[in-house]
Amino acid sequence: MLRLLPLLLALPAQAEVDAPRLAHMVQQDCGSCHGLTLKGGLGLPLTPQALEGKPPEALTLIILDGIPGTAMPPWRPLLTEEEAAWIAAYLKD
Amino acid sequence: MRKPLWDLAFSLALILSPFGAQAETSSETQATGDLGLVVERATGSVLEIDRSDRAALGRIEGLGDLSHASLTYSPDERYAYVFGRDGGLSKVDLVAQKLVARVVQAGNSIGGAISDDGKLVAVSNYEPGGVKVFDAETLALVADIPMKGKTIGLVDVPGRRFAWAVWDTGEVFLGDFKGDPKVSMIGNAGKNPFDAVITDDAHTYLVGLFGEKGVTAFDLWAEAPQPLHFLTDYGREGEDMPVYKMPHLQSWAFAEGQYALPAVGRHQVLWVDRQSLKQTAATEVAGQPVFIIEQPASPYVWVNFALPDNGKVQVIDSRSHEVVATLEPGAAILHMEFAPRGAEVWMSARDDNKVVIYDTQTREKTGEIAAEAPSGIFFTARAHRSGL
Repeated sequence: MLRLLPLLLALPAQAEVDAPRLAHMVQQDCGSCHGLTLKGGLGLPLTPQALEGKPPEALTLIILDGIPGTAMPPWRPLLTEEEAAWIAAYLKD
Repeated sequence: MRKPLWDLAFSLALILSPFGAQAETSSETQATGDLGLVVERATGSVLEIDRSDRAALGRIEGLGDLSHASLTYSPDERYAYVFGRDGGLSKVDLVAQKLVARVVQAGNSIGGAISDDGKLVAVSNYEPGGVKVFDAETLALVADIPMKGKTIGLVDVPGRRFAWAVWDTGEVFLGDFKGDPKVSMIGNAGKNPFDAVITDDAHTYLVGLFGEKGVTAFDLWAEAPQPLHFLTDYGREGEDMPVYKMPHLQSWAFAEGQYALPAVGRHQVLWVDRQSLKQTAATEVAGQPVFIIEQPASPYVWVNFALPDNGKVQVIDSRSHEVVATLEPGAAILHMEFAPRGAEVWMSARDDNKVVIYDTQTREKTGEIAAEAPSGIFFTARAHRSGL
């Protein structure tokens, strides 16, 4: 967690998101499918290299609405748009 | 006078004899029958625990990415084979409490199994998709079977065989490793099988589907097993909810002549008659079921749930299909493991960094053990059960 701190501070300030909670969620809950190190699993890899060229806005939408026909669920019921945008930026960084 | 002298001589003989020496050593010998390992997924370690003492004995590190890690035991309950997400296969010695062998055998893997005779360990891989089989003693590669996709639901089948399914194609395979490997496709289960399980009598291989409704059964006692699709009409009414965590089938409950199955994307446990494969009931539960595990020697099954209901655990009576208890054992309950005779259940509370222990009669907490973001809990008694 401490290793992540500089990274968290470096991210653009977003409205009212609980950054440590979201970082924990990315690792543990996104990690259930994408791997704890985000190198992939049932879901695709989510490393910065793997996401290169993908605009953060598109990632935010995927997080919020999922990808129909795949195992990627829409997270809109559990996350605000700000939180999804924070996660998209966090994954790219 | 004579008798006490005899006694003394006897005691001296005991102390001096090799027998005496052995007795002394054996007091330090670590029996493994009541031990277990808890996967600490973020730190790449497993915590060795003593079930009777409710104590942590030590931590074994260096096992890689353990998200979705599972493990299986050697027949003598001394070694554990840990299947890591990063393709690592690690052999842990529970007596010495150390890692004794490790191979990184693929880029990305999902689980494994040990053959009925304990000689071979097979690993199910996502990337590159396929199954690899290793010598259980040395971890030397014995067979490499590439597949056209991610393999899931790998189980041991009696006669040094393994069965598995392919997520991308739906195909189900049976591999025979008694001599030169013989692998045959036994049928297509359907769209996107996400996990599979074998019944404890090794009779039926049940494959859960994500891409379509239903479950597919294969009769492995049959000469030529055929896919039998069932539960195809469940949940036709009402809208499915997004699935935040794939259900696991490794411990599908087989209670009272029924299968208790997780409804994918719904807050339900489905009950299916084992003989007719017809749904007999549905139990409304607190969330999307992840594990449904039978409490040994009882009519009860315990259920945990996907996000956001993963702080709850419910107990269902398999006779009435009623929820008889709703517990809140901790934050993010990922797994439950019962003592082999059912007296207590250990549950991992990932976000509380502990394993909590409940008495199954009172359903009250009786203890807890600190662990780093614990997920799977595996007691050594699994060594003696088919399919685990």
